[in-house]
Amino acid sequence: MPELLRVNDLKTQFKTESGVVRAVDGVSYYIDEKEIVGLVGESGCGKSVSQLSVMQLISAPGKITGGEVLFQGQNLLSYKANGPEMRNVRGARIAMIFQEPMTSLNPVLTIGQQLTEMLVLHLKMNDEAARKRAVELMTMVGISGAEKRIDDYPHHFSGGMRQRVMIAMGLSCNPKILIADEPTTALDVTTQAQLLEMMKDMVQHFAASLVIVTHNLGVVARYAQRIYIMYAGRIVESGTTKDIFGHPRHPYTIGLLKCIPRLDEEEGTKLVPIVGLPPNLINMPPTCAFLPRCSYKIDKCFKEPWPDLNPVDTNHFIRCYADTREKKQ
Amino acid sequence: MNQVHDDVLLNVSDLKMYFPVTRGLLRRKVADVKAVDGVSFKLKKDETLGLVGESGCGKTTIGRCVLGLYRPTAGKVLFQEKDIAALPEKKLRDIRRSMALIFQDPYSSLDPRQSAGSIVGEPLKIHHMVFNKGEYREKVEQLFRIVGLDPGMSDRFPHEFSGGQRQRIGVARALACDPALIVCDEPISALDVSIQAQIINLLEELQDSVKGLSYLFIAHDLSVVRHISDRVAVMYLGHIMEICKSRVLYENPLHPYTRALLSAVPIADPFVEETRERIILKGEVPSPMNPPPGCAFHPRCFMAIPECSQAVPPLRTITEGHEVACIRV
Repeated sequence: MPELLRVNDLKTQFKTESGVVRAVDGVSYYIDEKEIVGLVGESGCGKSVSQLSVMQLISAPGKITGGEVLFQGQNLLSYKANGPEMRNVRGARIAMIFQEPMTSLNPVLTIGQQLTEMLVLHLKMNDEAARKRAVELMTMVGISGAEKRIDDYPHHFSGGMRQRVMIAMGLSCNPKILIADEPTTALDVTTQAQLLEMMKDMVQHFAASLVIVTHNLGVVARYAQRIYIMYAGRIVESGTTKDIFGHPRHPYTIGLLKCIPRLDEEEGTKLVPIVGLPPNLINMPPTCAFLPRCSYKIDKCFKEPWPDLNPVDTNHFIRCYADTREKKQ
Repeated sequence: MNQVHDDVLLNVSDLKMYFPVTRGLLRRKVADVKAVDGVSFKLKKDETLGLVGESGCGKTTIGRCVLGLYRPTAGKVLFQEKDIAALPEKKLRDIRRSMALIFQDPYSSLDPRQSAGSIVGEPLKIHHMVFNKGEYREKVEQLFRIVGLDPGMSDRFPHEFSGGQRQRIGVARALACDPALIVCDEPISALDVSIQAQIINLLEELQDSVKGLSYLFIAHDLSVVRHISDRVAVMYLGHIMEICKSRVLYENPLHPYTRALLSAVPIADPFVEETRERIILKGEVPSPMNPPPGCAFHPRCFMAIPECSQAVPPLRTITEGHEVACIRV
């Protein structure tokens, strides 16, 4: 599949009283057409900020300080954040769904008003056509009785239903890329499964690509074709889903997989926690950020700066000096 | 005393907890929320029973009834052979010494103005477990060490600790009075993935080292519950749908809801995911204010027959230790 989006060396910083937080510190990745990509990491690793930066939705004290976002041959970062070009991309060609369906809908507008707004703005539909399309979209995402429910307010909807509305909204202008930031984290397990399955079908239907931003390794194992693992503002491992789970090579990925309980594990399996805590992103040392928690570290790790992403296989990259293939505890 | 019941710590029988819904100026009761509607289970000494289910299934309410924080509408909660549900408030306090609670949110469950040491030591004072200052200090230090915290940090305040450390403080507080039962209500769901394993392992190690410590482990995450529990009770809308050994839960789930719930939890392994049964339930969990007649699950069930809406199916023993509330099994 041809490439759709390429992000090169993206950097986003937040100036705070205690120092500069380098939330995203040189992130590069790409997304192909009609692909489902997973972006995995713990809270504070920069996974959400990297996506918000692509959309130029970073507000003060945050600032995108470097890099480029190439989308259909254009560098999105060359557009002004509030300029007409960026507004034509945002929502229309790259859309985003947020974690909290409770807070990301406007409580004083009806679902219909919020859904049709984008159709009128981006697709220049008239009110009647937009309403018709909104009902269609709501039906597609599995909201029954959409003709009636379109005039309801967000508080009439359950959490799962609100997230369905968000997905309908995200897909309303046939975007090329849908970014879903922890789309199902706040929801119940069976609702999560419903929504993820529906999202997978929908992006297929609309021939869009999907970026799933999550901390849940299970979700990406089930849905993503390729995965990026993030830690402390950088991508530490990337590869196909089968490579990442079948032959994880970065110590952080290996650690993550050992510390989550699996539904199908043998009785008496012990979890191996990753020692220590994620680092504070202010005043990071030049060496590998995972070094203090790493069980594979070698002398070189202390002397040399954090390495670049280096290939260990076709399409499988890690940011690490150590040879993790040998089992070592 | 009967020999057979000797090792039963907690015996809950036909527990019902209804919350009245009132309307209008006179606060007239218009309905009941049947949070827990006829639940029976036993918890043995040294055992961990997992209560799992989606939001609103009544798992937290059960925990609170067990601790005597709610007066149940009906039913018995026998803890060490005494009925918690019928004891007067004064007597409850003595019994509460033998039980403790670990909360979900380590950020809001600790008093921000109290030092960590005094949080951990407060139960000792309340229950008159120590007789002088030296003994108190010694016991607090010991508790800090048990949960893996440096006793030197006991003068610090909660905001100076990380999430994982705060939850360790919560565990230390729970252990202060040498309880026989700890109710863990979503103890790890607010923590980061790499920290969760630390707390799970701590809870497991404690149970191995403290004799006669039982956990009632309440969580929505099936993989975590299965990992830590000896037996698991799957709940739906105030009822236990299935109760069995954790191993059996994954290998041989019988209730259609359990099967759907299991299939909704993705396993972090794309190779396993390819071969798994995928059951996507329709609709959402109904309101406990207006539960469906008969089996609470029948409107969403893929195995339902007309008889399912006639009567609430009782828990039936299928094999030794494996009970299911379904007429189709």
